Order: sequence, then C-alpha cells, then structure tokens
Amino acid sequence: MALFNREKINGIFALLAIAVVIYFLLGSIIPAIAFIILFSIPLYFMKPLPVFASTIDYISHYVFVAICTFIFIFLITPVLIIIPLSFNAEPYFTFTQGMLSLDPSAFSTRWYEDIVYNGMLDPNGTEKWWNDMWNNAQWIRSARNSFFIATMSAVIATVLGTIAALGLSRSEMPYKAAITSLLISPMIVPLVITASGMFFFYSSINLAKTYTGVILAHVTLGIPFVIITVTATLSGFDTNLIKASQSLGAHGWITFRRVIMPLIMPGMISGALFAFITSLDEIVAVIFIADVEQRTIPRQMFSGIREQISPTILAVASVLVLISIILLTVLELLRRRSERLRGITPG
Amino acid sequence: MSSTTEILEQDGVSLKARLAKATAVQKKRALLLTMPLVIFLIVSFVMPIGQMLWRSVNNPTVSNVVPNFAIAIQQWDGKDLPPESVFKIFVEDLVIAKKNREIGKTVGNLATRINYDIPGSRSLFTSTARKAKKLKAPFKKSLIKVNKKWKNPALWLSLKRNAKDITPAFYLAAMDLKYNEKGDIVKADKLYQIYLSNFIKTINLSAIITAICIVLAYPVAYVLSILPLRQSNLLMIFVLLPFWTSLLVRTTAWIAILQTEGVINDILVFLGFLSDDGRVQMIYNQTGTIVAMVHILLPFMVLPLYSVMKTISPTYMKAALSMGAKKSYALRKVYLPLTLPGLGAGTLLVFILAIGYYITPALVGGEDGLLISNLIAYHIQKSLNWSLGAALGTILLVTVLILYWLYNKIIGIDNLKFG
Repeated sequence: MALFNREKINGIFALLAIAVVIYFLLGSIIPAIAFIILFSIPLYFMKPLPVFASTIDYISHYVFVAICTFIFIFLITPVLIIIPLSFNAEPYFTFTQGMLSLDPSAFSTRWYEDIVYNGMLDPNGTEKWWNDMWNNAQWIRSARNSFFIATMSAVIATVLGTIAALGLSRSEMPYKAAITSLLISPMIVPLVITASGMFFFYSSINLAKTYTGVILAHVTLGIPFVIITVTATLSGFDTNLIKASQSLGAHGWITFRRVIMPLIMPGMISGALFAFITSLDEIVAVIFIADVEQRTIPRQMFSGIREQISPTILAVASVLVLISIILLTVLELLRRRSERLRGITPG
Repeated sequence: MSSTTEILEQDGVSLKARLAKATAVQKKRALLLTMPLVIFLIVSFVMPIGQMLWRSVNNPTVSNVVPNFAIAIQQWDGKDLPPESVFKIFVEDLVIAKKNREIGKTVGNLATRINYDIPGSRSLFTSTARKAKKLKAPFKKSLIKVNKKWKNPALWLSLKRNAKDITPAFYLAAMDLKYNEKGDIVKADKLYQIYLSNFIKTINLSAIITAICIVLAYPVAYVLSILPLRQSNLLMIFVLLPFWTSLLVRTTAWIAILQTEGVINDILVFLGFLSDDGRVQMIYNQTGTIVAMVHILLPFMVLPLYSVMKTISPTYMKAALSMGAKKSYALRKVYLPLTLPGLGAGTLLVFILAIGYYITPALVGGEDGLLISNLIAYHIQKSLNWSLGAALGTILLVTVLILYWLYNKIIGIDNLKFG
C-alpha cells in the first residue's frame, strides 16, 4: 500500500481548503492548524477502497474513520490526560501557560511528594523517617488498607469461586441456571442496595466498621468475576483428561493438583486479578461499611474530590493508571498462555 | 429386541436404574462443590438484602413504644375519638415509655414516626410524655387540656394505622402517595413529590446514556471486529485501559476536563470560540453525569458487541452487496439483525448498571444530576429514614431484577465475558 495514493492526496487538499476557510471565517490561524492536525489522523488510517469506489464512497469512508478516531480519542484521553496534569507546579486542575510552552519550571513532582508527606508528623526529619511515613502518611495508610483488603478478598473469592466453578461446569450440575444467576447477581444488584443491606446486617452482628466486614463485602462483589473467568476457562476443558488421570490411579486431590489446576491456572489468576482490582476500585461498600481506620485509596479520593480538591488526587490517579496498565498487560499475557495451553491458536 | 425392553445386567438390575444411581451421585458431587460459595453468598449477600426488604414494610415503632395501646386501639372503629379506655391505656403506656432509653423504643422514636405522617406533631408527643405522669382521669379530657392537638381524629387514625407491624406506608411515600386524614390513599403534597419524578429522571438518564453508548460503541466494535488481529488487539487497549482504570480516576479526569477552568474550556477560549468570562458550565449538572457515565459504561457495550461481530462472516455483506443491495440497505437488513444478540446484551447491561449508579452522580451530578441511588444513600446515611430508603431500594431492586431476568432469558448470563 502506497503511503500517498491519489485519493489521500485529494483528501489532503480538501483538508487544506477547509482549513483556509476556517482561517478566513475566524480570522485566527490556531483553529485552522488544530483542524488540520485533528482531521488528518483519520486520513492516515484510511485504507484503499476498490477501484470502482466513487468519491461519495471515499467521503463516507473518511467520515466513518473520522468518527471512530474521535470515539477512540474520547475513550483514552481522560485516562491519559491526568498524567501530565499531575506534574503541574501550580495547585490547578488544568494546563498552565508555562506547561504549554514546556517551561521546565512549570512542572514539578511536588504532588507525588505530597502523597508521601501528607499526614506525616515530620516530613523533613531524618530520624525514623520510614517509620513515620509508614504509620502516619494518610495516602500510605490508605494504600496499605487497600492492598490488604484487596489481597484478602481476592484470595478468598478465588478459592470459593474456583471450587464453585468446578461444580458449575460439570454437565451433571442440577439447577445450573438458577445457581449461576445467584452467583453472578452481586454484579447486577445496584451497589447502593447491596451496601446498605450489608451495613444494617453487619451492624447487627458487629461486623460493620471492621476489616472482616469490608473484606466479606469485597469477596461478595468479586465473586461474579471469578466465576465468569474460571467457567470460561473450564468451558474448553477436555474432561477425558480427568478420566485418564483417574484410570491411572490418581485420587481426587492429586487429579486436581496435577491435571486440572495447571490447566485452569491462567483462568484462576485472571479471576483473582479481576477480584483484586474490583476490591481495589470499590468504594460504595467502603463508604457504608468501613470506618476511618479501614479507609482505602478510593475512599480517600472520594472525600478529596468532595472536600479539598488538590492535584495530589491527580498524582494518585496517575499511579493507579500505571497499576492498571501493568495488570492489563499481565491479563493479556495470561489470556495468550491460556489459549496456548488449551490448544487454541490466535488467528 | 424391541427398543422398549429394558436392558438388564447380569445380576438383574436394569442398566437404566444403575445409570440413574451413578448420575445421582455425580449430581450430588457437583452440587456439593458449589455449596460453600452458595452458603457464603446467602449469609453475606442474600440475608442482608432480605433484611432490608423486610425493613421496608416493617413498622414496629408504635407497638414497641406503646405495646398495650397498640392492641387496644384496634378495637376503635375510627369514628370521632377513641373511647376513654383507650386514652387511659395510652397515658399509662406513655408513662412507661418515658423511662425507656432503648434505641427504637423511646417516645422520640414514636414522635418521629408519627411526624412522617402528620408533620408538626413531633413536639406534641415529647411534651405530653413529660407531663404524662401527672395526668388524672378522665384521661381524654386531661390530654386535650395538655394540648388541643389531641382532639384531632387524624392523629389517632395515624396511630391506629401505625400500630400494625406491617405497613405499606413507606412504599406509598416512595411513590409520592400518602394517607390523608381519613386514612385514604392520596397524592403527597407538591413539596414532597420528589421520588416519582426522580425515578422517571433516573430511567430517562439511563436511557439517554444507553442510547449514546449504542451509537458510540457500534462503529468502534465494528472496526475492532474487521481489522486484522494484530491491529485490533492494539486498538482494544483503547477500550480495555479505561475499563480497567479506577472509576474514581476517570471521574476525577472528567472533572479536570469539563470544569469551568478545565481543559475543554481552556481550549475553547484559547481557540477563540469562547470569551474568557463566557466559560461553559459542563460539570456538576446533568451534562457532566451523562458524559462521565457514558465514558465509564461504554466498554460494557463495546465488549459484547465486539464478541458477536467477530463471529459474523464478512461474506454475508458481500453477498448482499453483490446481489444489488445498497450499502445502507444491506447494513440494515443483513448486518444489524446479525448483531442483535450483542446489541441486546450490551443495552441491558449498560441500562442495568446505569440505573443503579451512585458514585459518579454523587461527585459530578451537582443538584439536578442526582439519581435514585443518591436519594437512597441520603435516606440511609443522612436523614436516617431507613424504612423509606429501603422501600426506594426495593423498588429499584425489583426493576433491576426484572431486567436481569430478561437478560438471562434472552442472552444467558453465562455468555458474559470480559476482555
């Protein structure tokens, strides 16, 4: 495919012509340049059409590609835009003049430092600095809570969910539809209802405002994800392998440990990651059930956005984006491995 | 051998019976594997919600605070005022209740409960309870002497209604209805008619959000499905990264982008489309809620659509085109019907999630972008009218469960996949 075929050159001329019109209408060069930059992206991604395609076909194809480009931009911009914003030297939520002209003094890492320092007794002290940070810095405490709660609930959800998925994926399973919809329902029921129900119930058995209560809630919310991913892995599972293992004299546990588990491991891990990230991101149950002591990162962000909005939140958000990029990569690698294990070659 | 003859084994047991026995064991084993999780969910999820459903009809205050009176008032036919005997029991119960400090059994609780029905009657109960000990027979006369409001039959009717342990009153309140003074069901005062309109607003906004999601997700899913795998995997990141990014991060990002001093306003001012003092308010209102929620829910529409579109062979469209159909006609008559399962799945999923959304409206919704979930949370956390919150929650829950049932019927929940 030639980079510049006849139609693309026509397209470039058309863009330039419209840009000139914009320039004369608004009397300013900047909108015209912005127009050219923005609308040349879809032009680049256009593919050659068959020889019989008319100009109308080309225009409609261009419009389609342009629409798709803008939707992709709409999807990704909010996630990426907070990263440069978090390096703002000023306490604003927007790009300053200095940032736009790439002035180094307009950028700083002060909000990242604030993540660590906020709440510390003596941020500049050297004695017992680590101890002070670990125990007193607000965001660090929330992060510790978040990771503790998320790890615990992911482990419990994965163990319970995998066992249940093993039962659900058997062909003999009775009441399969009813039980599956019960197990998936925590994902469907509005969080406010789940959370307020749990708040009353857990209060009556003294579990509200405890780590146990929050973990129980997060296990419940993570279970649907584990069930969905593990049953998906099991759907391609060759049950003859179990029979083969049993005919060779392996007991139930050994069959599970040596035959089933290695094969469904990728599904289990991605289920666990789903449960982990669900818990890490969950806020409604935390608002209702948790106390100050169990404050998690999302809870801290929530009150931050409501009360004193500072770019520290953007810095925390950037760190979270980084974490989700890492998790996404791991998930993708796991998916490929799972497909390879199950003998499905990517097309 | 005819097919109806049973096949017997050597020991004379029919093979069918033996098979049934063997599968019964297997069935039990499969069921047993799911049991730990089912029991866990019943304790941690079903029971809390069940308890909340119960709370929405449960009305124990009157029978808790003034138990003897609650039984006695049922004898009253509801005309004029209750007989002297009922008044006597009421005063006696009030004297006992005054000493009670247990939560849910104080005169204050009773006063709050009746105050929902008859606004302004709160102080009547608390002040009368203070004087109850000194009251002498005839109690009817002396009560009315303490406060003329006791002459109001509506008050006694309200007490009679609330003396029953189960009441539809909270559901009536949740639907902007109330009991009038005679005990008939009528519309609530204009000032208090907020729930029905909020339900309608929630459904409207969810429908708008779902519609926008369909419009945006369809082309994206289509592009992802026709591109070669290497490119589509790359573009899939654009869908999956937001999907995996924390909800609060995305909401924060939209605040940064949409606020009056935010990125979009800055760009528009910079480009000369807006003057510096003519900045547009795009957040803390319905627009903010819609934009942020569309962004958050869009992946839930793209993913099911994509998984269906990927299975559609491109030859169908080519066949339609080669037989002379125009592109728009072929899209409408061939492609669209084939994508309906994915479209249905995405639509129901997005609508179900949108209708119960809480966090995003709470943060970027301002006043007019608040949804029904926010009202529920308000009643549970702030106004402490838990029963009304529970009633509103139950209505929302039933709506969602009907949609969930539809989803299960049409698509099947086990076809749900992520990533």
